[in-house]
Amino acid sequence: MCNTCGCNVTAGNAHLLDRAPGGAVDVLKGLLHANDEQAGHNRAHFDEHGVLAINLMSSPGSGKTSLLEATIDALRDEFRMAVIEGDLETENDARRIRAKGVPAVQITTGTACHLDAHLVHSALHELPLAGLDIVFIENVGNLVCPASFDLGQHYNVVLLAVTEGDDKPAKYPVMFRAADLVLVTKTDLVDALGDDFSLARARDAMRALGRETLVRTVHARRDAWIGPWTDWLRQVVEMHRATLRPAPMARPLAPPHRASLGS
Amino acid sequence: MHELAVCQALMTEVQRLSLAFPVTRVVLRIGPLSGVEPRQLQRAFEIARAGTVAEHAQLCIEPTPVRIHCLACDEAADVSVNRLVCPRCGGFRTRLLSGDELVLHSVDIDRPAPTPTGEHPCATPAAAT
Repeated sequence: MCNTCGCNVTAGNAHLLDRAPGGAVDVLKGLLHANDEQAGHNRAHFDEHGVLAINLMSSPGSGKTSLLEATIDALRDEFRMAVIEGDLETENDARRIRAKGVPAVQITTGTACHLDAHLVHSALHELPLAGLDIVFIENVGNLVCPASFDLGQHYNVVLLAVTEGDDKPAKYPVMFRAADLVLVTKTDLVDALGDDFSLARARDAMRALGRETLVRTVHARRDAWIGPWTDWLRQVVEMHRATLRPAPMARPLAPPHRASLGS
Repeated sequence: MHELAVCQALMTEVQRLSLAFPVTRVVLRIGPLSGVEPRQLQRAFEIARAGTVAEHAQLCIEPTPVRIHCLACDEAADVSVNRLVCPRCGGFRTRLLSGDELVLHSVDIDRPAPTPTGEHPCATPAAAT
């Protein structure tokens, strides 16, 4: 095979060249096509086992792991849960989850600022999917890059701690547009912030993104108050189960020739 | 920060499409709501193309405008990335028409022109002798 005379053009790949006079190949394909394909595979994997997957994204330190700890405490009798943790370094978060008696796989990304579908896929092989109801994927703390990578999750939940300020949706529109649910966290601190955080302004900033995204408030430390979040979770688990339930196979009421067969 | 990862995905696709012929130009369409920064992607491309079929290729990034359609007043308008509301009626029930593209549009490949007879170019010298 050479690169000059065209002898590497085969019946299998010639169509790529044939429809492109002048050497230009029209592609019109998503740049992250390979990631998206893997994400689709992950999603099929989750669905096959009836598992709901939730991607948690936020800035570092907005309370993702604390929220998960409180969630495990609140829902351990209702759902079988597991967590995939993404961080640049350390097993700290996975250790905190395991201490609650829930399986956790830590992905350390080194210098990569986000999880991608391939990383999540390898983590999935370490989880007993068949015995689970919900897998939480705690993404790398970052309001920029994780928004661009589909992991195969069913829902994106973005946390916004009151200490971050209410204009985060305006500053990071790509991330907040990706959210199916925005959880305003650390609301037990809101009094200490005075006028620095207003829930109404945060909602306005979300609405300015042209989305009617649900915004709910929680706090997960000490007297954890996470009811709005656990209610939403129960609801989406139920919705997901309903979509996976196989529809009864359609068949005609009077199949032809049955009478003549004597059945 | 993630532009290098995006660029590596681009290079994999470009190499696959090139059939190992040299690539002269890669055209992308990128909207501001894709989360990818064109200038950083240009710099990542200069690193990622080294030693590949696209070593001398030019990367053209066609930016797309952030454009919405208002479901209330049926108006289309160009807007800014964090103000996806209708500039006319102020409605926030809008649909994004463009602005979140992250698309490989086309790849220009420097391949030999087909022979006028349509014969395989490798076969021509042999047939002449």
